[in-house]
Amino acid sequence: MHRFANPARFQRLSAAILPWTAGATVILLIVGLYIALIGSPRDYQQGDTVRIMYIHVPAAWMSLFVYVNMAIAAACGLVWKHPLADLFAKAAAPVGAGFTLICLVTGSLWGAPMWGTWWVWDARLTSVLILFFLYLGYMALVNAFDDPQRGTRAGNVLLLVGIVNVPIIKFSVDWWNTLHQPASVIRMGGPTIDGSMLVPLLVMALGFTAYFITVVLLRLRAEIVQRKIQTMRLTEAQG
Amino acid sequence: MAEFFAMGGYAAYVWSSYALAALVMVGLLVATLKALRGAETTLKALEGSRPPRRRRARNGAAASPAAEVGEG
Repeated sequence: MHRFANPARFQRLSAAILPWTAGATVILLIVGLYIALIGSPRDYQQGDTVRIMYIHVPAAWMSLFVYVNMAIAAACGLVWKHPLADLFAKAAAPVGAGFTLICLVTGSLWGAPMWGTWWVWDARLTSVLILFFLYLGYMALVNAFDDPQRGTRAGNVLLLVGIVNVPIIKFSVDWWNTLHQPASVIRMGGPTIDGSMLVPLLVMALGFTAYFITVVLLRLRAEIVQRKIQTMRLTEAQG
Repeated sequence: MAEFFAMGGYAAYVWSSYALAALVMVGLLVATLKALRGAETTLKALEGSRPPRRRRARNGAAASPAAEVGEG
């Protein structure tokens, strides 16, 4: 029975947290969208396309942030067999895949007018595409087994192997020649981006983070209820 | 206002970026809420329909050591 002790506590805790994260998401995204679209200046070289950055960069950060969190959860799930850790990775995967898709497509939409091309097979773009496929592969693998435990175990191993891709994405712009510009916010020596553009970027990033927490909590609740249903059906079938 | 929507001539690129982000994020949220509602309804139906059978089934499982090992 102790296997359900933690999820039960999680259900209570998440019910208390959810209104706050949902409220923070709404407020941060409204404020973020306002300063991103109206309250910030256009770039002197890129014009208004710079506003794509306020979606593209936070989505890119989230795609890595979510993956690292899933990999940590995968390690915890494999080592301690913590049931919530397995469920977390499963719940977070579609959200991470969504952010990666947003990052890829908005990057294309930004590259077309500014670089003159929708896509190039360079290190940064290709490694992010691989990240997207890692998410999809994980989701397919987890659901590929009749026994959900085997599925999550296989998925967890994939997540841990795929973690090598994370530093490759981060440093790809330094290691290889690429069309993509190098880091201008998270770098040694501080950000090189002006405050009037840094503020909307950070507010949007916080909004995306709050959104992620909200949706993952909801998905975790759904997964836990789903597990309960499975257990009940199993005991019914056995009894 | 027209100038705002024109985005300095880059309207197609800027607005499709924001529209796609909104589509993906709202879509995920709606799908999540639907799945949660559906699961909660199923669970309630299961719990409401036959609580006495459930108890009997669980006692039966606890009584046999083989079933306990199988579950852990």
